[in-house]
Amino acid sequence: MKRIVYREWLLQPQRYWGLLAILAAVIAIGGLSALYMEHHGHWVTGMTNSVVWGTPHVFAVFLIISASGALNIASIGTVFDKKVYKPLGRLSGLLAVALLIGGLLVLVLDLGRPDRLLVAMTTYNFSSIFAWNIFLYSGFAAIVIGYLWTMAERKGNYLQKPVGTFAFLWRLALTTGTGSIFGFLVGREAYDTAILAPLFVVMSFAYGLAIYMLVLFYTFDADGRPIGPAMLKRLKNLLGLFVSAVLYFTLIYHLTKLYGAKNADIETFLLISGGLYTGLFWVGWILIGGLLPLGIIYHPELSQRRDWIVAACAMVIVGGLAAMYVIIVGSQAYPQEMFPGYTVIQFGAPGDIGGQVASYYPSFPELLLGLGGVGVALLITAVGVRVLQFLPESLADRDVDPHATVRSSA
Amino acid sequence: MNHETESMNQGRRDFLGAAAGVSAAAVAPGVFLHTPVANAAPRTDPVTDVHRWGLLVDTSKCADGCTACVDACDTENGLNLQAKPHGQDELKWENQHAVWIRKVKLQDNLTGHVTNLPLMCQHCEHPPCVDVCPTGASFKRADGIVMVDRHTCIGCRYCMMACPYKARSFIHEQVDHKLTRAPRGKGCVESCNLCAHRLDSGDVSTACAEACSAEGHQALIFGDLKDPMGPLRQALAKTPSRQIRQDLGLNTGVRYAGI
Repeated sequence: MKRIVYREWLLQPQRYWGLLAILAAVIAIGGLSALYMEHHGHWVTGMTNSVVWGTPHVFAVFLIISASGALNIASIGTVFDKKVYKPLGRLSGLLAVALLIGGLLVLVLDLGRPDRLLVAMTTYNFSSIFAWNIFLYSGFAAIVIGYLWTMAERKGNYLQKPVGTFAFLWRLALTTGTGSIFGFLVGREAYDTAILAPLFVVMSFAYGLAIYMLVLFYTFDADGRPIGPAMLKRLKNLLGLFVSAVLYFTLIYHLTKLYGAKNADIETFLLISGGLYTGLFWVGWILIGGLLPLGIIYHPELSQRRDWIVAACAMVIVGGLAAMYVIIVGSQAYPQEMFPGYTVIQFGAPGDIGGQVASYYPSFPELLLGLGGVGVALLITAVGVRVLQFLPESLADRDVDPHATVRSSA
Repeated sequence: MNHETESMNQGRRDFLGAAAGVSAAAVAPGVFLHTPVANAAPRTDPVTDVHRWGLLVDTSKCADGCTACVDACDTENGLNLQAKPHGQDELKWENQHAVWIRKVKLQDNLTGHVTNLPLMCQHCEHPPCVDVCPTGASFKRADGIVMVDRHTCIGCRYCMMACPYKARSFIHEQVDHKLTRAPRGKGCVESCNLCAHRLDSGDVSTACAEACSAEGHQALIFGDLKDPMGPLRQALAKTPSRQIRQDLGLNTGVRYAGI
């Protein structure tokens, strides 16, 4: 295996600054949206006392779990000693931190009182998974930055394995914690199951890798760096494995719920009669986010073509957002079952929804805030790869030698 | 010089004496009105676990169409002062403004029997909203009342996700009018606090139970779950009752008869 040389991203200045300008505009619009919602209050959003977490949470949770997933590539190289993944490690770490910051910003700006962030940082209730997550998230950022240092600085190289292993374990805890935010909610029928934690872990693998691959392809194409077919095959096969795992855990999640008679109604809602949520589940989560990408990834011809693999990655991301929408919004829209065996005829005033499915329409500011978070993540990445040496000069097969692992172990 | 000082001091004494008299006259009715009853402590003392406040709802007495408890709660806690933001949809606003107690009507799927009941914060012994609150703003007092510290609530709404009873409300709008006894602010979460301001002033009652009695229904009985001789425990001893979502094992402070 040749020595890997890393170089700053050599995109032409006008294209680079154009990209930054677009991202800055997306972020500015997201910031203004947050300001608008903060100034008026949440009544300007689609959120109500029934659907209390809306589109910003869909984006925030998606970005946060993708952040931990994006780190997987580095972990495979460091923790599991797959040498071929080593050149990919630095971008993996950068993307992980960038996605996390983007997600956290959205989460914080959607608080009722974002000005009280200091209270959240100084007053803790340790029986709350949210409180743990504040540590898991900030710790993740710190550890990954340290991990990046061990990868980039020769003097720190010897620490790469222990720090990388610690980061890997930390990221598992982080995604488990994020899944548990929902899994431990006993009062809502769609949640209240421990399987949400591992489901979120495998989702993070898939979504993080899909984002990673798109960023890798884009940055490499933009300044003419090669990616070898063997490397491409490796990445798309890994994506196929992760997407299959998401489908498997989704199946188990619904089988677990279907087995108990008390959950029959929520399952009917999610799988058959839930309108938009049912559509998003089957078309978004399962078809676009699962079966179609798998069809491409394992298709004998399409899987050889970069543009089709890009399409598969994009589908996984779209499917991931649909999955988050179903998990977060759909599960709240479904009325909480407090009176088994009874039909709720009236629940407060006519619009005070309790016994029937709550309506929720995302408002523009919510959507723009979410996209602003994506913009932040991409801006950090774009600046990072430009000013520091995150990207390897080449991922051509002769440079990274996919068989190095086999030979060294033989 | 000394005479001047003495006369000045005398004048000041007279003034202070008169002021004290006027103040006493002004404060006395308040003190008198808030004379502790039922051995309640003055509000400067910390709340203790000598009491655990709760409610019994006898659904057989809860009248169809009656909203006395809801109306009384709205007035008592300034919920009727909430104003729909200009341009907001009426139905959406119904699901956005704060509601502490709501009337629920149920029909038994098998028998068709219709039941009415008021639903509010159930004041759990093991409240999920308190478990999940990242800052500890959602808390349970020693006397069992579950409430929100609006100084530390960051508006994350995780408690609303966790509450099995949909008891909590988020303040979606700018609040222009509110009562001193029920502070309210945009971006925080709130819910029924069993009229804690009354209890802290020594008045063992809630607006909802009082209004229900005034209507002659007696469907709501408020009292101390720890007092075996008190009206609540006496009523609970006579009537079979259960908790909503009893399966969760939260040991609620609000019990229901007839469901």
